[in-house]
Amino acid sequence: MIELNKENFEEEVLKAEGTVLVDYWSPSCEPCKALMPHVHEYEEKYGDKIKFTSLDITVARRVAIGQKVLGLPVIAIYQNGERIDSVVGDEATSKSVEELITKYC
Amino acid sequence: MIYDVVIIGAGPAGLSAGLYAARARLSTLIIEKEAAGGQIATTDEVANYPGSIEHATGPSLVARMVEQAEEFGAKRVSDTILSVDFSKEIKVLKGEKEEYQAKTIIVATGAVPKHIGCPGEKELTGRGISYCATCDGAFFEDLEVFVVGGGDSAVEEAMFLTKFARKVTIVHRRDSLRAAKSIQEKAFKNEKIEYLWDSVITEVKGEGLLESIVVKNLKTNEETEIFADENDGTFGVFVFIGYDPATKLFEGVLNMDGGYIITDDNMKTNVPGIFAAGDNRVKSLRQVVTATADGAIAATQAEKYIEDNF
Repeated sequence: MIELNKENFEEEVLKAEGTVLVDYWSPSCEPCKALMPHVHEYEEKYGDKIKFTSLDITVARRVAIGQKVLGLPVIAIYQNGERIDSVVGDEATSKSVEELITKYC
Repeated sequence: MIYDVVIIGAGPAGLSAGLYAARARLSTLIIEKEAAGGQIATTDEVANYPGSIEHATGPSLVARMVEQAEEFGAKRVSDTILSVDFSKEIKVLKGEKEEYQAKTIIVATGAVPKHIGCPGEKELTGRGISYCATCDGAFFEDLEVFVVGGGDSAVEEAMFLTKFARKVTIVHRRDSLRAAKSIQEKAFKNEKIEYLWDSVITEVKGEGLLESIVVKNLKTNEETEIFADENDGTFGVFVFIGYDPATKLFEGVLNMDGGYIITDDNMKTNVPGIFAAGDNRVKSLRQVVTATADGAIAATQAEKYIEDNF
């Protein structure tokens, strides 16, 4: 899992080739932390097809808002620098996240 | 394996039931959909649970409850129950991952936050509409925030949000708050909090992010559109207007009133060996303290049921 910040977001996500998953989270977001082990598990499973990254919004709030993320959890899929799909809020469950990932594998 | 007790839900009611059941040396399994905790896991401050002093937070309280239940031998798994069969002596739960069998079941599924139900709400969830202040408060550093509701949760979370937001406006359908008096006193002293009385939100709008809300005054029926400050570009709406019981799974199986499971004082439902505990049952006060009490009663009654029937 690549940890994103203000400096590397553009290069790792917006300018990246292929499919990138961004797990937007924060240390005070309990649902995010509950999802995290599942996302790590999916990285083991699907990491060869999709690049897995995560962004702690407390270190890069403006970056997140720039990506129209104003609520957590958000698991977003990017292709060619564009956010093309995501699961948000209480719809983000271990099951819906795996379904999202397998759509782009 | 046939468990003595399977508990559905790992909020305060389920964890308390797990603690009491495991302590009675019953084989005990707690099944939770995603993470332990329930609603309290996303609550910033728990000031009214006896003994929870020194800034107890929801997550810290839950972490201790989990530890305590596990210490006595309760097992926990993460699974989503899809259907139940309570027709025989051994009850069966079909989960996404596995099937579970038990002599008794404690239904501690809790409740989920109500939505406003207005146009735009679903599309803008996570884009300005939120149901969790601890999750999303930090986004609104120096921005404006609206909080919908007038009960304990709404007012407590409004105060929490003033740590981040420049201004917090409570939108409430009545002309006075319903929150506990001590909470109200604190809120009225907070200079960052303003009030829109007799008002409801009828629509939320925005391209990508929340940009405006339509507020209706219930006394005059006048509708006003409130736009985000031009420099901010967006703002937040946090919704705390109560909860719906998470009981769909048991429709037609357990007797209910308005979606809440009906039990007697011993947490017994209409089906022998099935108990309900916590926010999902008919009761007058839905708090951590009453949830944990329900859980304890349900577990001791489950023990008695097993003694009498197996």
